[in-house]
Amino acid sequence: MAGAQMAKNEVEQSYGEFAQRDRTVHPPPFAPTYKTTVLRSPRNALISLQNSLSEITAPVFSRDELGPLDHDLILNYAKGGLPIGERIIVHGYVLDEFRRPVPNALVEVWQANAGGRYRHKKDTYIAPVDPNFGGCGRVLTDRDGHYVYRTIRPGPYPWRNSVNDWRPAHIHYSISGSGWVQRLITQMYFEGDPLIAHDPIVRTIPSESAIRQLIGVLDKNAAMPLDSLAYRFDIVVRGARATWFESHVQGQPAMQRE
Amino acid sequence: MVSELDYLKESASQTAGPYVHIGLAPHAAGFDIFENNFSHVLATAETKGERITIEGRVIDGSGTPVRDVLVELWQANAAGKYNHPADRQQKPVDPTFRGWGRACSDFESGIFTFETIKPGIVEGRGGRSMAPHVNLWIVARGINIGLNTRMYFSDETAANAADPVLNLIEWEVRRNTLIGQREERSGKRIYRFDIHLQGPQETVFFDV
Repeated sequence: MAGAQMAKNEVEQSYGEFAQRDRTVHPPPFAPTYKTTVLRSPRNALISLQNSLSEITAPVFSRDELGPLDHDLILNYAKGGLPIGERIIVHGYVLDEFRRPVPNALVEVWQANAGGRYRHKKDTYIAPVDPNFGGCGRVLTDRDGHYVYRTIRPGPYPWRNSVNDWRPAHIHYSISGSGWVQRLITQMYFEGDPLIAHDPIVRTIPSESAIRQLIGVLDKNAAMPLDSLAYRFDIVVRGARATWFESHVQGQPAMQRE
Repeated sequence: MVSELDYLKESASQTAGPYVHIGLAPHAAGFDIFENNFSHVLATAETKGERITIEGRVIDGSGTPVRDVLVELWQANAAGKYNHPADRQQKPVDPTFRGWGRACSDFESGIFTFETIKPGIVEGRGGRSMAPHVNLWIVARGINIGLNTRMYFSDETAANAADPVLNLIEWEVRRNTLIGQREERSGKRIYRFDIHLQGPQETVFFDV
């Protein structure tokens, strides 16, 4: 009895409701200096939902779904040679707002090559495609919430917003955690890049502290000497709240209700 | 002096950009890199439940389909059970059904599709039943933070009328933006669901 009760409480604690999203850290949907948002942003207020099972659950991914090179962008598209550019390791932790690690989170990344060109049929930038670089990878966090992958540092590139806008070097991130409400797409920038201050997409973020949180920092301790530099980038997703009082996400078990 | 809470702030969202396909659906970007690819097909031959197709477009404020959108879908199985340990309902998990998929809009037509099964009723907060629904999450260039919505089913009139989430929406006319319309086409059961980002038919989006 006591054991079953304890097990139930553990389930409650591991999978409670999530803290409400603090939208002040996020860019507003309508941000006219990033022109594409103008026609793609809702005008009505969002309808606020309390968490139900639909929000606190999410797909579970397993290690056997990923290939052995999925997290090695230097080798996962190499066709008899190595990609051109600065070899880097990127690592960090996926944490929740309450500083708890998020294990088994699916981290998916994609990026341009060293010249700022994407391997995508819609990208027509003049910089060449690198025959040995695909530009995407994925990894599951370990029990401590840690992830690591290896890649080539991406180049900056121009984009048509104003005619002389340039994206700073960046790596796109997609995070899938234990709850549907933790789903997040963001971008990692690189410490010291002067283009960060000029980027209309970065500038949609309302605060300097939230921008700083998206900048990966040089981490020489994680470098491989004579081989690859390293950057550290931690990601924070929505926090799972402790349920000190009765949770209403699910009703009472059917037997008790009758 | 007031002590400070040491909570962290959620990382700021950024747009998925025009090349989201590279990372999340490389075949759509035009190349083959991973052995195992996530897809818009959720149901296998063994999955229990009524086979359905969900088909739609995401439409911008000018009435133009968004042709570079990525949509993810998360749903319960035919018994109304999510394949996740937090779901403690006394219902069977279907081991052949994760309940999740992702789809890209076609670069020409803007149409996205999911091949799945119709979900069952899921217990909502306080024991109130939620009508069958799928949860959708929409990202694209120009969308600064992913949009959350739900699709309900047009042939579930009674369950929809009692659904606690639909009933949160004050304007009945806006509730209708969440109803996928059932059609039969060459023997297939299709639910048509267009998502309007702006305009008089703007879809209801949720702050979840």
